[in-house]
Amino acid sequence: MSADVYLNVAVGGILTGLVYGLMALGLSVIFGVVRVVNFAHGEMMTIAMYIAVTLFTAFHLDPLIMLVPIAAVMFAFGYVLQKRLINPFITRPEYSQFLLLVAVAIIVVNLLLIAFGPDAQNVQTSYGYDSFQIGPLIVDATKLYAGVAAIVVAAALFGFFQYTRPGTAIRACADNYTGALVVGLDVKHLYALTFGLGAACVGAAGCMLLLIFDVTPAVGPAYTLLAFVIVITGGLGSMPGALIGGVLIGLTEAMAGLLFSPSAKSMFAFGILVLVLLFRPQGIMGKRTAS
Amino acid sequence: MKRKSHSKTARVSRRTFTAGLGATGFLAGTAPFNIVRAQGAALKVGMLLPRSGFEAGIGQDCQRGVDITAGVLKELGLPPLQIINADTESSVDTARARAEKLISEGAQLLVGAFDSGQSTAIAQVAEQNGIPFVINIAAAPPITEQGYKFVFRNFPTAGMILRDAFIDQKEVFAAVGAAPKTAVFMHVNDTFGTAMKGGIGAVMPKFDMPYKIVETIAYDPAARDLSVEISKAKATGADALLCVSRLNDAILLTREMVKQRWTPMAIMSMGPGWYEDQYLKTLNKLSDGPLSFAPWYDPNKKLSKQLEAALAKAHPGVNMNVNHVYTFEALLIASDAYKRAGSGDPKALADAIRKTDIKDNVSIGPGIQFDAKGQNDKIKGGGIQNRGGKLVTVAPKEAANGNAEWPLKPYDKRA
Repeated sequence: MSADVYLNVAVGGILTGLVYGLMALGLSVIFGVVRVVNFAHGEMMTIAMYIAVTLFTAFHLDPLIMLVPIAAVMFAFGYVLQKRLINPFITRPEYSQFLLLVAVAIIVVNLLLIAFGPDAQNVQTSYGYDSFQIGPLIVDATKLYAGVAAIVVAAALFGFFQYTRPGTAIRACADNYTGALVVGLDVKHLYALTFGLGAACVGAAGCMLLLIFDVTPAVGPAYTLLAFVIVITGGLGSMPGALIGGVLIGLTEAMAGLLFSPSAKSMFAFGILVLVLLFRPQGIMGKRTAS
Repeated sequence: MKRKSHSKTARVSRRTFTAGLGATGFLAGTAPFNIVRAQGAALKVGMLLPRSGFEAGIGQDCQRGVDITAGVLKELGLPPLQIINADTESSVDTARARAEKLISEGAQLLVGAFDSGQSTAIAQVAEQNGIPFVINIAAAPPITEQGYKFVFRNFPTAGMILRDAFIDQKEVFAAVGAAPKTAVFMHVNDTFGTAMKGGIGAVMPKFDMPYKIVETIAYDPAARDLSVEISKAKATGADALLCVSRLNDAILLTREMVKQRWTPMAIMSMGPGWYEDQYLKTLNKLSDGPLSFAPWYDPNKKLSKQLEAALAKAHPGVNMNVNHVYTFEALLIASDAYKRAGSGDPKALADAIRKTDIKDNVSIGPGIQFDAKGQNDKIKGGGIQNRGGKLVTVAPKEAANGNAEWPLKPYDKRA
């Protein structure tokens, strides 16, 4: 095979990995601050994907244009979910949180099944079949748009946490819960805000992924699993780690499919996860915690 | 003084009478599960299809075949069927569980299940319970190689599909005066796809095909992205794409070929997906051109026209395809056997199915008969091409209603 093929596959894998990374970023942000593992993460993304499908079918609104409003809706959903449902579980044992969020995930899957049926749905945008050719490199337009949008959204999130007062306050909560309470921060509100931001991330990722993949109610658990693989590889709680993990998994799957068997793509992604757990349990960008 | 009976025939005491009465009451209570129904009542048929999951589209298409069957059976003067629907959720384990549930609910015969893996699981349950199972669609050869007495398949095995596919391909090549020299073979890695891959290796050398397979690419039928697979296929530089796929992946493969600007000389499918309505509607002009060499129907047969009319009435705008045809024929077999058996007794039904001889049918070939293994070994495949949202039968000659268009029109030149 010529070098062009490797280049094309690698670029496709990186672009898909960026969107994966944005999806996982939401999971990492929520865990990094609230210390709750969101087992309904993929299902929340399918909600966003179905909102985008509905808006496209009814009003021909492009998912990339609707990315901001849908992220806002998902932010509100996440905020309310954390404030009303998850917050009472913050101090409870981890298995209670696990069961609660798995229950939320099952309810979401079944509600989507009732509302939209089992068939795969997608959006047919005017650029759905476009590609850009730069010399031997052919880049899928939808993957390129989605990848660029993922970088923009991730940069905005980094900026929020680094340069805004609420972002600084959220980081303070993550660093020292008791200290945040002592200095008078409204921790419950900040937790809900963080969960909302995580949900907004996953909402934006859902809009982008819809350009690349079809959606069915049943895809949620697969995306939840994928997000876990990415954040554990990148480092649970690390924002750059989530993006790096996403790109690494996307690239690994693509190259494994090319070099070995496409059927074994996922096997290699999980292989990387096992290696990370063995040799760097805190993840590529994660910090080692005192035992 | 007690009187002893020396007779071998036991006398009925009050105690045995009461026990007998209780047993009768118990049997009456459980009667719906095991009584042999008299002719006149509809035969209870458990219809197992993948109505959700990644095969949902095809399962629901098979359901259209179920929908139109009642009217056609009535026109043919055959007894009615009471259909009990069940969803296999595109899963082997669920298929097994649903089959057991249907039998416990009183199904006297099972039909399904489109997928080889799911049909294999159902066949085991049917055989264990002594309930006839008529397979509508499933091609993995082992299903009818197990010595089962209650399992019947009116669908070609992978080997038969391939045999006919190669014969029909050669007929098309001769008709258009061209043939590919190389082909890349892409297939789903499920039971059906793997069986077809094995079959190609065994059958192809016998047919002296003009092309050779330069690369084989297996992929997951539930894959969300097939860009790498198409990159790999394109890199082989093969003239033609040979594939065994399902519906969703056929759509994904086409999208990727368009995006990666690759139009092979021909797409030759030997499975479902490429001729299905959802494929045609989703891709519009991009759906034109692929050839499918698959179990098909003879558009010139009388019953085909009758079935097409029923489908047009029930589902306007839907093209008749293998899903409708073979699901209908499975139910036709059930009703015909029920009529001849004279009862819903599972053993009598199985015996009647074994003696089936339906000459007036829909699929290509001389009709429906089963060999000792429960396989209809006389079915023939056909070659069909997507053209303007319709399906044209191009091979074999005796069932054709059009000629093949060759080569595939480049995707970037379709306005």
